Amino acid sequence: MKHELPKLQYSPNALAEVLSEKTMEFHYGKHHQAYVNNLNSLIQGTKFENASLEQIIMEAEGGVFNNGAQVWNHSFYFEAFSPAPKHMPEGDLLKAIEVSFGSFEEFLSKFSNAAATLFGSGWAWLVVDADGKLIITQESNAGNPLRKGLKPLLTCDVWEHAYYLDYQNRRPDYIQAFWKIVDWRVVEKRFEQAR
Amino acid sequence: MAFQLPKLKFDYKALEPYIDEMTMDIHYNKHHGTYTNNLNNAIAGTSIEALPIEEILQEVSKLSPAVRNNGGGYFNHNLFWDIMSPNGGGKPDGALLKSIKKFFGSFDEFKEKFSNAAATRFGSGWAWLVWTGKDFQVFSTPNQDNSLMDVADIKGIPILGLDVWEHAYYLKYQNRRSEYIQNFWNVIDWKAVEEKYIAATSK
Ligand SMILES: [Fe+2]
Ligand SMILES: [Fe+2]
Repeated sequence: MKHELPKLQYSPNALAEVLSEKTMEFHYGKHHQAYVNNLNSLIQGTKFENASLEQIIMEAEGGVFNNGAQVWNHSFYFEAFSPAPKHMPEGDLLKAIEVSFGSFEEFLSKFSNAAATLFGSGWAWLVVDADGKLIITQESNAGNPLRKGLKPLLTCDVWEHAYYLDYQNRRPDYIQAFWKIVDWRVVEKRFEQAR
Repeated sequence: MAFQLPKLKFDYKALEPYIDEMTMDIHYNKHHGTYTNNLNNAIAGTSIEALPIEEILQEVSKLSPAVRNNGGGYFNHNLFWDIMSPNGGGKPDGALLKSIKKFFGSFDEFKEKFSNAAATRFGSGWAWLVWTGKDFQVFSTPNQDNSLMDVADIKGIPILGLDVWEHAYYLKYQNRRSEYIQNFWNVIDWKAVEEKYIAATSK
């Protein structure tokens, strides 16, 4: 199965207030595309040739895992953004966030802190655990929570390439701006499907 | 006494066009500066406060992740600035070249091996030439780890190091890490590397 770069739901300059067109051009157009290309060439003639990305994330190691998980992670990351986002969750998701973190504000601060303190390259995640509880996790490099039986709802890429052209060393500024483009409609939909 | 950000022996634009002025400024002042401050905060008031950085790194397994990460970041960047110069490039000579030939066959083979270690490190990290006490090894480490740490797979004294965190090259090279690695060879100060080699082998 040939993996493909998913189309963006918005134009490359649509998020410019937070992520510049140049960042989108490299992050989506070069990094994400390279993970897709690398994966396609690495799986040729292996048992992962016809595997889904989820299977690859669960079972693969080394370069196949790294590139496969990075394809999934980036698709999941870009898919949650909108130039006209819903700024706060409501309904069941909001309730679940309040049960797990106390309040939406508390959640924002805990997730932001997880993203800010991950050392090196990686991802911060909001996930549903096996008991249906929401938790925040960190993964290094290409790490993906599916591998631990967790269901991802939202992720923030804190590889330096995600923010360096726009924010340089100021990762906390990037994380703060990230919340302006997260579309909670998308996260609500994921939460519904995860239950 | 707290650790100090060392003085650079060249100015921010001295390594142009290979490493740009803005990258040097941010990399040195912000990234290296933050590692230095965070290291000082992590060891303030503890029993290791007065130890040299090399000795702190030797026991990071017993210390907090903050010491491993920031102590590594402090040492690695010190070394990195030290082995670059606007008058760099070319090849080593003398005892260092002889030793490189002995363990890698030729300078070009060494160069290829080192560049490959730098290119294939997934995520953030460093490529190294290390004197183990009996031979040279080329490899990479994740994040700010290095071969002085007791947690290292390969232990020894770093002679040459290349930062492949994206912050080291993203403003100028973006996703083209291999171009950055190629250009690094134009700014290596082989005199400084040789000094490190002589100090390491005479221990
Ligand atoms: Fe990314
Ligand atoms: Fe660095």
